[in-house]
Amino acid sequence: MSTNHQRTLVVVGNGMVGQRLVEALRQRDPQRRWRITVLAEEPRPAYDRVALTSYLTGTSAADLSVVPDGCYDDDCVLHLADPVDHLDRDARTVTTASGRVVAYDALVVATGSVPFVPPVPGADLDGCFVYRTIEDLDAIRDRAADTGSGVVVGGGLLGLEAANALLSLGVRTSVVEFAPRLMPAQVDQGGGEVLRRKIQELGLEARLATATERIEAADGGLRMVFADGSSLDTGLVVFSAGIRPRDELARSSGLEVGERGGIVVDDGCRTADPAIWAIGECALVRGRVYGLVAPGYDMAEVVADRLVGGDAVFAEADTSTKLKLLGVDVASFGDAHGATPDALEVVYADPVAGVYKKLVVTDDAAELLGGVLVGDASAYAALRTMVGRPLTDTPERLLMAGPATSDLGDDAQVCSCQNVTAGSIRGAIRDQGCADVAGIKACTRAGTVCGSCVPLIKTLLTQSGVVASTALCEHFDLSRAELFDVVRATELRTFSEIIAGHGRGRGCDICKPAIASILASLGAGHILDGEQATLQDTNDQFLANIQRDGTYSVVPRVPGGELTPEKLIVIGEVARDFGLYTKITGGQRIDLLGARVEQLPAIWRRLVDAGFESGHAYGKALRTVKSCVGSTWCRYGVQDSTSLAIMMELRYRGLRAPHKIKCGVSGCARECAEARGKDFGVIASENGWNLYVGGNGGFRPRHAELFASDLSTQELVRLVDRFMMFYVRTADRLQRTAAWIEALTDEHGDGLAYLRRVLVDDELGICADLDAALERHVGSYTDEWAAVLADEEKLGRFVSFVNAPDAPDPSIRFVTERGQIRPATPVSGDGPPVVAGPTLEVVR
Amino acid sequence: MTMLDVRTWTAVCRYDLLQPERGAAALVGDVQVALFRTHDGAVHALSNRDPFSGAQVLSRGIVGTRGDVPTVASPMHKQVFDLRTGVCLDEPDTAVAVFGVRVRDGVVEVSSP
Ligand code: SRM
Ligand SMILES: Cc1cc2nc3c(=O)[nH]c(=O)nc-3n(C[C@H](O)[C@H](O)[C@H](O)COP(=O)(O)OP(=O)(O)OC[C@H]3O[C@@H](n4cnc5c(N)ncnc54)[C@H](O)[C@@H]3O)c2cc1C
Ligand code: SF4
Ligand code: FES
Repeated sequence: MSTNHQRTLVVVGNGMVGQRLVEALRQRDPQRRWRITVLAEEPRPAYDRVALTSYLTGTSAADLSVVPDGCYDDDCVLHLADPVDHLDRDARTVTTASGRVVAYDALVVATGSVPFVPPVPGADLDGCFVYRTIEDLDAIRDRAADTGSGVVVGGGLLGLEAANALLSLGVRTSVVEFAPRLMPAQVDQGGGEVLRRKIQELGLEARLATATERIEAADGGLRMVFADGSSLDTGLVVFSAGIRPRDELARSSGLEVGERGGIVVDDGCRTADPAIWAIGECALVRGRVYGLVAPGYDMAEVVADRLVGGDAVFAEADTSTKLKLLGVDVASFGDAHGATPDALEVVYADPVAGVYKKLVVTDDAAELLGGVLVGDASAYAALRTMVGRPLTDTPERLLMAGPATSDLGDDAQVCSCQNVTAGSIRGAIRDQGCADVAGIKACTRAGTVCGSCVPLIKTLLTQSGVVASTALCEHFDLSRAELFDVVRATELRTFSEIIAGHGRGRGCDICKPAIASILASLGAGHILDGEQATLQDTNDQFLANIQRDGTYSVVPRVPGGELTPEKLIVIGEVARDFGLYTKITGGQRIDLLGARVEQLPAIWRRLVDAGFESGHAYGKALRTVKSCVGSTWCRYGVQDSTSLAIMMELRYRGLRAPHKIKCGVSGCARECAEARGKDFGVIASENGWNLYVGGNGGFRPRHAELFASDLSTQELVRLVDRFMMFYVRTADRLQRTAAWIEALTDEHGDGLAYLRRVLVDDELGICADLDAALERHVGSYTDEWAAVLADEEKLGRFVSFVNAPDAPDPSIRFVTERGQIRPATPVSGDGPPVVAGPTLEVVR
Repeated sequence: MTMLDVRTWTAVCRYDLLQPERGAAALVGDVQVALFRTHDGAVHALSNRDPFSGAQVLSRGIVGTRGDVPTVASPMHKQVFDLRTGVCLDEPDTAVAVFGVRVRDGVVEVSSP
């Protein structure tokens, strides 16, 4: 819908800020007075650079995109991979690398910044990287696959994030920092000391007060030589020593730039040339360059407003920051260094617990100016909103307990990335019916960038009394975790008692299996004992997996995927004798399909006699521990992954859980067992085992994240024991560990860090109990199928018809395909029509 | 007014063979019937054929209640049926056949729908 009255806006750069400008202008200009042309250097539309690191842990480039569908059309065009390299201010045109010439009425430069690479000799050698784009991360990942060690130059916010990312790629990592402390821009010396210890606990080496003199190629890798003459050999180097604004276009066209770079603009983000504006990390506004996205977004809003005739100005921006590092809580906000004249500092330090907190207040202790939190930043989101306001409590008490959220005024800023106040969030809850964090994110955009305000959003939701119901179903108001605690703490061991005491009605297909699973996790006898038998889904009822035609599949356990020829032959014979279809599963074992209910006992009699046991393919329980051949055979293996996988599978077999649990053990970083796709995965290192948790294939794939490294087998088992038991006790029904950890993140800020506090530091004081519960499980394990075979009453239920126990179901029909049976299906016109397709019951 | 019950009844099994709150399949001629004994001792009989998948499996579903309605959930894809009327509560356009059922001298008898 273009008209002659349209003017042309050219935006140079499609980063987070340039993109925000486009969206903000489209919103303010529904008549389309502006036509927009965006010229971008990168090969893909704007993506979430703040979340860049998650790209290394499984988030795809597509997931990172921040461009909404339908954003670009005839009036709003985006040209990718075509950077502007010339600006002609007299002609009002820009020229791109491909030779495209675009005329503009207004030009917005949103070119961001580049990582600063210190001018040390050798900084351009192969194996030296920066950390800014998806392409950078691809290159780093490739290199990391071939090397065991890395160095990050720069111990600031980004440097530490990059270092931890290297660690998660399995690379031993050192951080080299020129200043005498880590995060020198945010944290003072006291906080820096606590931070250094935290970082070392993560497994990162920190070399402080160290200047790099040169980098040399050495033995196929790199050698860093430092000013004090010492040196360090490494496979790769990542520079993260600050950023430099990309102001080349301004420089070459005679626009003013700052002493240390940055395109000089006024409070309206306009340069001295009235047709040219600069926003984001390339702009020098109010005397500074902001390296954060929130001020950039504000600038984009200002310019969008100005382009439609408004007079918005850029106000002082919040530069609060929180380190996005697993297990290390660091935050600084406001005037963290006490630069305000006569400011007072109130410090609380507990070096043993690794906590350092400082508040900066006015000299009369009446107003909060800023602060630093290390080791425990739980109060960050709330404290940040109070900067510049009268203190609601004594500084000491605020330090210890953090402010009460009810103290938040409606104009207090909750989300600084998106500039959303407590009032707008309360409004969204009240007027737009938002009832959960996802709803708030959709309505207000709060919480969608760095995520550090999410705990605060949750608190506001709870206070408004609208938090989503966690009730299990219409029969129980309790959540699964609450129900678990109730059953564990009481002597109630039957469904009838439990529903009489804590629910209503007679249950359903949601609460019955959930309670059956709770009872089984607590070791309340065989799953088909007494009333328990009536609670089970058909799979658990017949200890086999139902198939589309009402037949069942049989999956014997093959621990670690290791199988003797004798046992392999037994499986073959059983399949042949009962006419079953056989297939290798995705879980390193063998599935026998097409068994009728009344055949199951006879099939299992043969299997049990040959030493097989139930594989629990039917249960919400441990499934398989996938293995690779490991150091026993493989020329690269560094540990015996097969033995560990078998030991783990035997240890956790039969453990009932909120959902199925899958595991893997790989003998080296090549990861042939795909351990990082599992609920817990173990990858061998030279020094022991690295434990990853929270992986998932299936519906919503997610890579497991590094939980602890270089563990001995004993340490590993202890951690996994606790992880499993804590999951069993606290997860929601049908919530895999991946979703559980994400939920913990929503609740506690950083799920993995929380798990470390609970399972490693024993913050809740429950570790001994978890250990004992898991030991009880191991001690009481018996094979479910062997128990059925030994029990006439249970066996009596494996009949096709009450009045004709051995008559085969006449509706089951097979045809032959590739030499085996398969159900007669409508596809070949030889079976009953299928009306509904399968629906996945996956709770996210 | 007294009505004469002219349906033909087939004895299928002893009542105490039915587990409370669990189903069982019975073969009546060549028809498959799903029998359910609920918590209050009542017995219901539906067609065993799950209309959504076409498989003869309804007797293997979980028995429970929705509000006051006694129900069974298909073991295949979890649609819930009213044990008294055979109507699918999730998709009321779909229903399964209901059979007459009575208990005489401790024996469960089923009649045609
Ligand atoms: C047999 C098998 C396919 C095969 O022929 O290879 C299979 C078959 C079924 N899978 Fe699977 N899955 C099989 C490996 C997998 C894998 C691969 C793996 O384990 O390495 C995955 C992805 C990994 C993961 O789970 O993270 C997988 C992801 C799923 C999912 C999605 C889970 C999710 O979190 O999104 C479901 C649905 C669910 O559980 O809710 C599912 C559900 C099912 C069910 C139980 C569907 C159902 O309710 O009937 C199928 C049972 C058939 C049967 O009779 O065994 N299956 N399924 C595999 C059995 C492995 C084994 O030895 O136990
Ligand atoms: C790993 C990482 C973590 C971060 N974490 C946080 C955080 O937690 N919180 C926070 O607030 N900020 C964080 N940041 C900083 C944040 O990402 C930036 O502030 C933000 O992306 C700046 O947006 P921008 O649009 O100004 O610049 P950019 O996102 O850099 O976009 C500029 C774009 O312009 C393109 N360009 C440059 N020159 C030209 C040209 N001549 N022609 C065409 N295109 C050109 C560039 O290729 C680039 O795509 C992080 C950054 C990184 C790298
Ligand atoms: S993809 Fe579908 S059919 Fe295949 S195993 Fe998974 S659930 Fe079964
Ligand atoms: S503060 Fe960063 S997303 Fe809200």
